[in-house]
Amino acid sequence: MSILVGDSTKLVVTGLTGREGQFHALNNRRYGTDVVAGVTPGKGGQAVEGIPVFNTVHDAVEETGANTAMVFVPARFAADSVLEAADAGVETIVCITEGIPAHDMLRVYWVLRASGQRLVGPNCPGVLSPGKANVGIIPADFFRPGNVGVVSRSGTLTYQIGNELAQRGFGNSSIVGIGGDPVVGSSFIDIIGLYESDPETELIVMCGEIGGDEEERTADFIAEHVSKPVVAYIAGFTAPPGKTMGHAGAIVSGTSGTAAAKAEALEARGVRVGRTPTEVAEIAADIARSLRG
Amino acid sequence: MASLTGVDLLEYQGKQLFARHGVPVPSGAHATTVEGAVAAADELGYPCVIKAQVQIGGRGKAGGIKLAGNRREAEEHARAILGMDIRGFTVHEVWVEQASQIDAEYYASIVFDRSARRPLVMLSTKGGMDIEAVAEEDPDAIARLHIDPLLGFQDFHARRLAFDAGVDGDVIRPVGALLNRLYDAFVAEEAMLVEVNPMIVTPADGSGRRGVAALDAKVTLDDNSLFRHAENAELRNPSAEDPQERMAKERGLTYVKLDGDIGILGNGAGLVMSTLDVVAQAGGRPANFLDAGGGSRAEAITSAVEVILANQNVKAVLFNIFGGITRCDEVSRGLIEAFGQMDVKVPFVVRLDGTNDEAGRELLEEAGLPNVHVESTMLDAAARVVELAE
Repeated sequence: MSILVGDSTKLVVTGLTGREGQFHALNNRRYGTDVVAGVTPGKGGQAVEGIPVFNTVHDAVEETGANTAMVFVPARFAADSVLEAADAGVETIVCITEGIPAHDMLRVYWVLRASGQRLVGPNCPGVLSPGKANVGIIPADFFRPGNVGVVSRSGTLTYQIGNELAQRGFGNSSIVGIGGDPVVGSSFIDIIGLYESDPETELIVMCGEIGGDEEERTADFIAEHVSKPVVAYIAGFTAPPGKTMGHAGAIVSGTSGTAAAKAEALEARGVRVGRTPTEVAEIAADIARSLRG
Repeated sequence: MASLTGVDLLEYQGKQLFARHGVPVPSGAHATTVEGAVAAADELGYPCVIKAQVQIGGRGKAGGIKLAGNRREAEEHARAILGMDIRGFTVHEVWVEQASQIDAEYYASIVFDRSARRPLVMLSTKGGMDIEAVAEEDPDAIARLHIDPLLGFQDFHARRLAFDAGVDGDVIRPVGALLNRLYDAFVAEEAMLVEVNPMIVTPADGSGRRGVAALDAKVTLDDNSLFRHAENAELRNPSAEDPQERMAKERGLTYVKLDGDIGILGNGAGLVMSTLDVVAQAGGRPANFLDAGGGSRAEAITSAVEVILANQNVKAVLFNIFGGITRCDEVSRGLIEAFGQMDVKVPFVVRLDGTNDEAGRELLEEAGLPNVHVESTMLDAAARVVELAE
């Protein structure tokens, strides 16, 4: 098992004919992901290296039975593309695009909450279930199948921590980048909830960062609903207030949202927090030994 | 209230934006010279108020807001305010406004509440002062209501807020109308924050009715939405930005200047934040945040080195790269190119992992750059750069 993407994933890619979309979709296919369709309005009937292109997501779903969508279109069209995929009945939508207007995401968020469909992202690296499927831009070579579920707001930091885990012999059930924007479709709580019910996942690693109160709320959720061990990392201890640290969501305003406050909230709820990516892997190794002990 | 990332407007820009959506604001005019301010005052009539336009609070206390009863006073005040320094901001422009009569000072705002994923509307009768102090000392004095973004702001929302806040009965309607229009502005202009403090209650007019108006305006717009708001995109104020931050932005890099002496470059916001932390834990002080982005090519890296070294405080530089889409050999090429173009005087520590890392390290070795040290882990690299900066 794994979460969100796996052996049954049938992927439709919006923006398949764009440079980035094509590069990553073909990468995903080489990894073994079943990429069944692409969508570019006006290019229906064409194909990209054997992947049929449709004018609408509805057509793609009807013809190919796609159940997962990867959105790769530019920011100004991305919200519409997510809503189109949702309207076409796609169960899981992964939006890689960055720079989507925040008000667009408010509407998208509530439409998808009401319909029960899942959105991961935007502004995220996607979801990888090692050995099964890769939907997004995560460099899959660094990861092997295993029992550690990873969830992160950031891309490269996830690779760093994943690599440290791999060096200590860990593999992953799935790796989920939830994205660094102020409003994202899936929260830490959503993803950790999925790992909790995934039989393959034995240990959960979450990588948070400054800004918002998501990590604090996740601490409460873990204490009440999660039986599996969770190790956390928080980036941004040295970030000054009022400055955006790259991710639109990574900004400390007032006293809330600091890295120290997040680490403290997690530790108060029994979650062990590593101070460096290396320490996260060491703690994970420690816990894994005691689980097997 | 603190805002999310975005474009902060000056008071007068906020008021002009409000006016477009029917939020009542006093008449006023913008000026950048003493003569312009006096002409505006003559046109508006006396008494009028000369208000410094800078992106910082506490203008009144600093002497940046003055009432002028006549032409001579208008000139005197404009002369004093233009060029004045308010907490590090030089005043280059003023807003001249008709003086308002004030019966009461309320507070109203709409914030993009990321935690609730809804707009949050706030209303209080305790306006005119520091609202964060009110929030702390008397939280019940601020009525709050989250709005379903798919439903929008309804009249009943306005009534609930007005009754909860204890607004005077005779102004419940005008306060509700102002909130309604403020919400329109918030949505239509894609704001992260609109704040009116104070929202004034004006004395009864000829018909015996009191009204309300926005006496100040604080607006933050969403950067990401500016492509569909050409008017707002022009309001960006590049002179307010740090010169190195502006240089980085022009080159498509995300750079934030900090006050330390160790230059930092990495790829991906999370990894760069983590790098700053690890350097700080090793006893160093980062001079900047610089995210070279995904898929960085050699030219971007060369450019980034220029931006980092433009900060005279930098004594050593750390490159921390985990290649995914970014290829480590491209990063090395960029660094080698930078050394070819610039006279680099400070030591560099480079840690490369991930895609093409071996090729990247080989390139660096062959180039034999002076004072460039390759480390294999993030922690070793941080320790080394701190040592070299001392």
